Amino acid sequence: MIKVVFFAGLREQLGCAELTIPSVHITTINALKLVLVELNPHWQVYFENKALLSAVNHDMVDGEHPIKSGDEVAFFPPVTGG
Amino acid sequence: MNKNISIQTADFSLADEVALLEQDNEIDGAVVTFTGRVRNKNEGLKVSGLFLEHYPGMTELSLEKIIASARKRWNIGRVKIIHRIGQLKIGEQIVFVGVTSKHRQDAFAANEFIMDFLKVKAPFWKKELTEEGEKWLGARNTDNDKAKQWD
Repeated sequence: MIKVVFFAGLREQLGCAELTIPSVHITTINALKLVLVELNPHWQVYFENKALLSAVNHDMVDGEHPIKSGDEVAFFPPVTGG
Repeated sequence: MNKNISIQTADFSLADEVALLEQDNEIDGAVVTFTGRVRNKNEGLKVSGLFLEHYPGMTELSLEKIIASARKRWNIGRVKIIHRIGQLKIGEQIVFVGVTSKHRQDAFAANEFIMDFLKVKAPFWKKELTEEGEKWLGARNTDNDKAKQWD
């Protein structure tokens, strides 16, 4: 299983803070995005956003980054702290 | 848990933080601090307050990496980062970065470097409470450009 978490504006848009998904056939961040949109078609517009950032196990990564069972994947808008 | 990094809802005292950076520290002649506060206006809109959210775990890790990068570039002594989360009013303190070094150049540069990368790498998000309602802040290109200057 892969744990997926969403933050800030994205969490509010999706109406979802966290979910778990079987890791079968999901090998990269981009593949995970496709599966999430397949399961929730109305999420497409948010995942097409090029500015969306992703992290695997608390490390910021790009779409080609590999993922595996047990990973925690996060999606969130550009950060605005400080 | 790294005691040099604190993510907290409570306010902090600049005097107390400076005292901690200086306590039993006889080798550093320079102490540089930065404090960020909530402004009353942003992008032309009146702001009445902020709500700050973060990604527990990743926040601390990303700040530790930023401190480690700063240590590779400059000869610095102590570092402290405080970032508040939750509801904040106009004028309240949001963020503190304190750096000590033997001579001032290292602490000045490292402090600015840490703030520049905190802005673009650390997973914090601000929601502004404006006269037109609640609004998540968008990223500023100027912040990205500022961080890239250190490449």
